[in-house]
Amino acid sequence: MAVPAIELRNITKTFGSVVANDNVSLSVYRGEILALLGENGSGKTTLMNMISGIYHQDSGEIFIDGKEAVINSPKDAFDYKIGMIHQHFKLVDVFTAAENIVLGIRKTLDLAGTKKKIQEICRKYGFEVNPDQKIYDMTVSQKQTVEIVKVLYRGADILILDEPTAVLTPQETDRLFAVLRNMRNDGKAIVIITHKMHEVEALSDRVAVLRKGQFIGTLKTSETDAQEMTNMMVGHQVSLNIERPEPLDPKPRLVVENLTVVDQDGIKKLDNVSFTANSGEILGIAGISGCGQKELLESIAGLQPVESGNIYFIKNDGEREQLIGLEPLKIKELGVALSFVPEDRLGMGLVANMDLVDNMMLRSYTNGKSMFTDRKSPTKLAKQVVDFLEVITPNVFTPVRKLSGGNVQKVLVGREISNAPSVLMTAYATRGLDINSSYTIYDMINMQKDRQVAVLYVGEDLDVLLELCDKVLVLCGGKVSGMVDCRNTDKHTVGALMTRLGGVKA
Amino acid sequence: MIYISRRTDAPLKKAVAIKAFAILLSLVVCALVLFVMTRLNPLDIYIAMFKGSLSTQRKFWALLQNTAILLCISLAVTPAFKMKFWNLGAEGQVLIGALVSATFMFYIQDSWPSWLLILVMLVASVAAGLIWAGIPGYFKARFGTNETLFTLMMNYVAIQLVKFCIAVWVPNGSSVMGVLNRQTQCGWIPSLFGQKYLINILIVALLTVLMYIYLKYSKQGYEISVVGESEKTARYIGINVKKVILRTACISGAIGGLAGFLLCAGTGHTVSATLAGGNGFTAVLVSWLAKFNPFGMILTSLLIVFLQKGSGEIAQAFRLSDNISDVTTGIILFFIIGSEFFINYKIHLRRK
Ligand SMILES: Nc1ncnc2c1ncn2[C@@H]1O[C@H](COP(=O)(O)OP(=O)(O)O)[C@@H](O)[C@H]1O
Ligand SMILES: [Mg+2]
Repeated sequence: MAVPAIELRNITKTFGSVVANDNVSLSVYRGEILALLGENGSGKTTLMNMISGIYHQDSGEIFIDGKEAVINSPKDAFDYKIGMIHQHFKLVDVFTAAENIVLGIRKTLDLAGTKKKIQEICRKYGFEVNPDQKIYDMTVSQKQTVEIVKVLYRGADILILDEPTAVLTPQETDRLFAVLRNMRNDGKAIVIITHKMHEVEALSDRVAVLRKGQFIGTLKTSETDAQEMTNMMVGHQVSLNIERPEPLDPKPRLVVENLTVVDQDGIKKLDNVSFTANSGEILGIAGISGCGQKELLESIAGLQPVESGNIYFIKNDGEREQLIGLEPLKIKELGVALSFVPEDRLGMGLVANMDLVDNMMLRSYTNGKSMFTDRKSPTKLAKQVVDFLEVITPNVFTPVRKLSGGNVQKVLVGREISNAPSVLMTAYATRGLDINSSYTIYDMINMQKDRQVAVLYVGEDLDVLLELCDKVLVLCGGKVSGMVDCRNTDKHTVGALMTRLGGVKA
Repeated sequence: MIYISRRTDAPLKKAVAIKAFAILLSLVVCALVLFVMTRLNPLDIYIAMFKGSLSTQRKFWALLQNTAILLCISLAVTPAFKMKFWNLGAEGQVLIGALVSATFMFYIQDSWPSWLLILVMLVASVAAGLIWAGIPGYFKARFGTNETLFTLMMNYVAIQLVKFCIAVWVPNGSSVMGVLNRQTQCGWIPSLFGQKYLINILIVALLTVLMYIYLKYSKQGYEISVVGESEKTARYIGINVKKVILRTACISGAIGGLAGFLLCAGTGHTVSATLAGGNGFTAVLVSWLAKFNPFGMILTSLLIVFLQKGSGEIAQAFRLSDNISDVTTGIILFFIIGSEFFINYKIHLRRK
């Protein structure tokens, strides 16, 4: 067999008392795409960070093309032609794409030549980049493209992508995959981390599985399936079916009438949106990114100024309460909870430097008349969330910035659900979560149905949306383009509504 | 090759050891510098330094008093800094507090009972400091104005106001305000157990405990941390960020005003444009060094006052220029601040 592009031998890395990688040995070959699988916190990012020079292993060796390599810094990794696309982008916002791409390379700044070379790379692999566009003007997907072009520009032929699809829409993902296949056919070695099984199946040649820092094994993608891979990741048999209990006695809980929202630049984000969310039902909200889901949820939570329309919360005794104009805290007290998982995970809803307990307290600290905070119940809650969602953390007094991305998110979603809301709005609740944790979250959301909660679920994965929800509201360009019953509709219908094909007329 | 990594865990014992080592090392470096520059025995100098603040009872109490004032101003800036509201206006907040106290002493003289005058001075000084910080706080909350420049500018306004008042009150043109109510001692904070400064010190001690509890256990203190760490999250969670900014700026200023009251009513019984003496800025250092922990600030303010006093003493005793004391203070602080790096980061040497 050929000499592997990267060979890891007995790599171990610890952070204090946490063993992030335990004696991992793994090879990646040229001309293949290897999918690296593992639950959140299983050490995937850490392992890849050692190859790209962010960390240095405590013990073990790395071989590049059969020769032992000493990688002490990102620059060393770059000398070995290794490029990594991180979960969090490292771009300078006020610079253009081209400027970011050449940043840090010691050469005269020949921007014209750079642009030509960028265009060449784009043509070769099928990217679309405007070299003169500023980063702050870009979508997440465009930023990611810049990151990839950046490492290719520097001559990388070993490419590592850490959860690149977690923040992409399905269409953007397809485009990325086409590019990656081109690169593989060009003889590059590619490692991709993802939690989405259908992506693994669609893209990769081989899969490698980590569990709790240990290397479990590799499989040929063509010879395995989602069930087997998931079992390997988790270490025991798991069921990959989402339950959908029938709603019990649904009653209107939240009524939105003719809601219109205009953003600061005067652009209509929501245009005359009306719908009703029932108690005991899960209402999915589908739409391509930027179609107004975020504004819709934020309007309901009182975080977004509203141009016109009504939002009524209907109490158990049938009394209607207008939410527009209420303070966010008042709306929260009525039992309307919003958990929005932003693209950078932190930033909205969590404080990175605070521990789990203090983060739990963000929602509850106003409870009670006392001027002092009560840390007892948040501590209990933090422990419950850690146990129930299997959050990997040394203890509940660890700052959340030290947790791996998926674990951060479990903390966030766990907190919102535990609040016993009567309307639960979640957006991208499983963004970047491993499959096992995703199913735990689906279970948690399903449990809310029994509690007669009205759930608004914004998600990207249409398969999940249709399996989990009772109804799906489809938004397109800020307008409602359809409301479908999930029990008798299919993916294509919803997909068509998302782009208004065959949807209601404007 | 040298390679630097963040320490993933910095145990307290290690941190204390690193700090202690840094202080020791700074003393050695100071000794070397002193020796090279003055040819004096560094040991003598250090002994003089201790004597400077500890040799007599009076000096000892003065040390405690100065520490209390610096600590009080440090407590004032702490909530603001914790919220990342860069209040560089403590100097002015202290001054305006002192000025208001002095105004009452000047105009009321002894026509009110002393206790009433003291009480009114206290309330008025606190209110004055509150307003002095509240103005930039309001502008920050309402319009997003940069508070660093705004609070800084307010210092100069306060200084000029003091100069103006003194010019009006002291017509002889000397521009020096004498001790107010020297005869009647009306409006003077009384001695306790024969100690002139004891009440000052007790007030600041109480305030230290209160501030610790406020920041660590109160809901408002929690809001301060959240706003300081992430304004976006604070807003998302429903915290009224503007209100918190304004409230915290006011608290910060109010304590500054209190320090001004203590300086006027409890210490000098007069006011001058240099009354705060740069403590408003030193306080920022004290607060940072203690990582915003009020109890830690007792140590850091004591250290800084001790250094200031000691170096003043050696300058006098050995007839050196005053600047030499700044050099030694600088060296010691440099090492203490520098040690933070070694507490947070680890340096490895590795083969290449
Ligand atoms: N810089 C760090 N400091 C302390 N612990 C860390 C650090 N980075 C990762 N960890 C811990 O190492 C483990 C593996 O994390 P990570 O590699 O990010 O997992 P994954 O990418 O598979 O989700 C987690 O338990 C995480 O908390
Ligand atoms: Mg990761």
